[in-house]
Amino acid sequence: MTEAIAVSGLRKSYGRAVALDGLDLSVAQGEVHGFLGPNGSGKTTTIRILLGLLRADGGTARLLGGDPWREATAVHRRLAYVPGDVTLWPNFTGGEVIDLLGRLRGGLDAKRRASLLERFELDPTKKARAYSKGNRQKVALISALASDVELLILDEPTSGLDPLMEATFRDCVEEERHSGRTILLSSHILSEVETLCERVTIIRAGRTVESGTLAEMRHLTRTSIAADLTRHPAGLDQLPGVHDLDVQDFSGTGAAAPGARVRCEVDTGKLGEVLRRLTEAGVLSLVSQPPTLEELFLRHYAGDARSGDAT
Amino acid sequence: MTAAAAPGARGGTGLRARAGSLAGSGVLARLAARRDRVMLPAWIYVVTILVVSTGYSFKGLYKTPASRAAIAAGIGHDAATLALGGPLYGTSIGALTVYKVGAGSALAAGLMSIFLVIRHTRADEEAGRLELVGSTAVGRGAPLAVGLLLAALANGVLALLIFAGQAAIGLPAGGSAALGLAIGSCGLCFAAVAAVAAQLSATARGARGIAIGVLVASYLVMSAGAAARGGGLRWLLWLSPIGWVTQIRAYAGDDWPALLLPVAAAAVVAAAAVALAGRRDLGAGLVPPRPGPARAARSLRSPLALAWRLQRAGLLAWTAGALVYGAAFGSIAHNIGSLLGSGAHVKNAITRLGGQSSLTDAYLAATMSIVGLVVTGYAISVVLRLRSDETTQRAEPVLATATRRASWGESYLAVAAGGSAVVLAAAGLGSGLAYGLRGGGAGTEVPRLLGAALAQWPAVVVLAGVAVLLFGLVPEFCVAGGWSALGLAALRRRDIG
Repeated sequence: MTEAIAVSGLRKSYGRAVALDGLDLSVAQGEVHGFLGPNGSGKTTTIRILLGLLRADGGTARLLGGDPWREATAVHRRLAYVPGDVTLWPNFTGGEVIDLLGRLRGGLDAKRRASLLERFELDPTKKARAYSKGNRQKVALISALASDVELLILDEPTSGLDPLMEATFRDCVEEERHSGRTILLSSHILSEVETLCERVTIIRAGRTVESGTLAEMRHLTRTSIAADLTRHPAGLDQLPGVHDLDVQDFSGTGAAAPGARVRCEVDTGKLGEVLRRLTEAGVLSLVSQPPTLEELFLRHYAGDARSGDAT
Repeated sequence: MTAAAAPGARGGTGLRARAGSLAGSGVLARLAARRDRVMLPAWIYVVTILVVSTGYSFKGLYKTPASRAAIAAGIGHDAATLALGGPLYGTSIGALTVYKVGAGSALAAGLMSIFLVIRHTRADEEAGRLELVGSTAVGRGAPLAVGLLLAALANGVLALLIFAGQAAIGLPAGGSAALGLAIGSCGLCFAAVAAVAAQLSATARGARGIAIGVLVASYLVMSAGAAARGGGLRWLLWLSPIGWVTQIRAYAGDDWPALLLPVAAAAVVAAAAVALAGRRDLGAGLVPPRPGPARAARSLRSPLALAWRLQRAGLLAWTAGALVYGAAFGSIAHNIGSLLGSGAHVKNAITRLGGQSSLTDAYLAATMSIVGLVVTGYAISVVLRLRSDETTQRAEPVLATATRRASWGESYLAVAAGGSAVVLAAAGLGSGLAYGLRGGGAGTEVPRLLGAALAQWPAVVVLAGVAVLLFGLVPEFCVAGGWSALGLAALRRRDIG
């Protein structure tokens, strides 16, 4: 596996404020990688170091096999970047900015430019000062997506887009994935990362707290189960790995009614044992839900929030 | 009966709506005054000092009535000289002061008022700040009212200080009051013009352009009227707010009723602005924005092309300004001896600045040295765009492309260096043509003055380089440092002489 981005032990401080405190990030060539973290966790600082805009205080960073600081120009020819907060030159039109940035990178695909303008419904003849935040973001996105590059670095690219445009954006990323481009997608919108990314890295306070495929992470989480049973299940409350168990007993209310309704959260490793007990009690209906990234996220930050409340 | 009652009811709500449209003005005015607490006093101070220091130095320079009569004759003799400063009425110290700085300080008061009004109306609106303010219990008309109120206050204080300063150095109180009110009311006129411009254009930049265009046109109309020397076009003085400043004839009869003209004009134009403001949407201008090109020009493909594109409109304006400035000073050069009269101090001052044998050459050299300083200001403002691009994050998308950091910086330095050469050349060309056509022979004077202007170029580039160096070393202080370097250069230049 060749790595498009390889970062390890990255450190950066602004005066006494520590922005990055030993951050690790690894993105394979051709994958869509989610880069998740709450506001102020260091996502943008990491990206700026990768782009050679900031110099790291410590640790190593490689980008497309090159040094992001010393070989910035050569590396930038092969990537396109969309900032989270797009500022444009007020008296340039959107079309001019798209062309200019594309040319400064080294080339723009005219056909893709035209089709993207249509798909994102952007009027390229308007002056940048007249664009809303979402439209400024579209300008940067179209310029990046239409550029002939191998790597796209997108910093919260949909924060100003409406749901329809978000859907268009997802389609575009899907296509990029199929054409083999590498994408680093920084976001705090979990559903976006969940549908688009094969692997994610979650950071908090300048540190990587978790990294891997979504499947690997689900390993660490619980599946929620809701089941209607003919009889009261035996011994569920004694099983390790079962949480928040709620059993409603309906026995004696009528022959057609279920005997019991069970809701619980199960550690993924204990799922087999729980299902066996449920089957023994006669399953009438069963709903199981995989953990969402929201739950992953809450687990990582919940501790933080609680300790914050305590102090 | 309902029909009869309806108009009355509507009138009632109309009245209430009008009163309500100014709601919140008090809070906004305090906010605006706080934002301007440094800028506005600085403007007022500079304009006051400009007037009073001129009056004070004239008192020292022209002590005898004979020396005053000589200089007045020299001025009145030359149309180009009159066009620069305005008509000269009488030979008193006060009258000479009005000739020397009256129109100029009216121009400055106009600029102050234009910037002030647009800062609190269109600029806030464009930046989206008024959207937030407008959603609170602040009336639709409040921001405009606050801008005009603050301008009235600033011009009132300016008038008062000019009166007090001039009276304090011993000039007649009546004339001093007339001059202060003339300049203040002229500022008020341009506050009203700016208020209308802020309704017309959807951008602060455009609004400033319209208002400053009116200001410059007013000065040119005044110039044409003054140059007529009592001839056929003299009535032009009555068509321009800057002409009115001269027609009030401070220290030369004090024509008080003439003050009604600027006051009435300001009131009418301000009323027009209020009427326009009541009719339009927030954020919109009456001049609709034009769509631009859907594709970038073929040439827009390098950091240098980007810097050029961003700076070319400014360079064009500077070049035109330098041409006019050069022509204005070139056209009075041959008459400089009689203009200075017996004022040996001024002659000394000029020969010290220029260090040449002939007085005219010394005068031209001094003018070029001033041009050099001003053009250095242009060059510094261009390279300091590096810093503002950085702080506004506009540099980020460019530096994330295959653009070397150095070439991004070099592009601004190149525009500053090339642009300042062009501006200097325009000043040299303007003064060479004007001086040559009025006496010296354009064939010899154009190359000579072109050379004199371009001789300033190395100094300009060195100071722009200092600003870039500061940007590299201590970016937080490069703006203050760059302008301080220019200030130091200006002071050193005086010391050397």
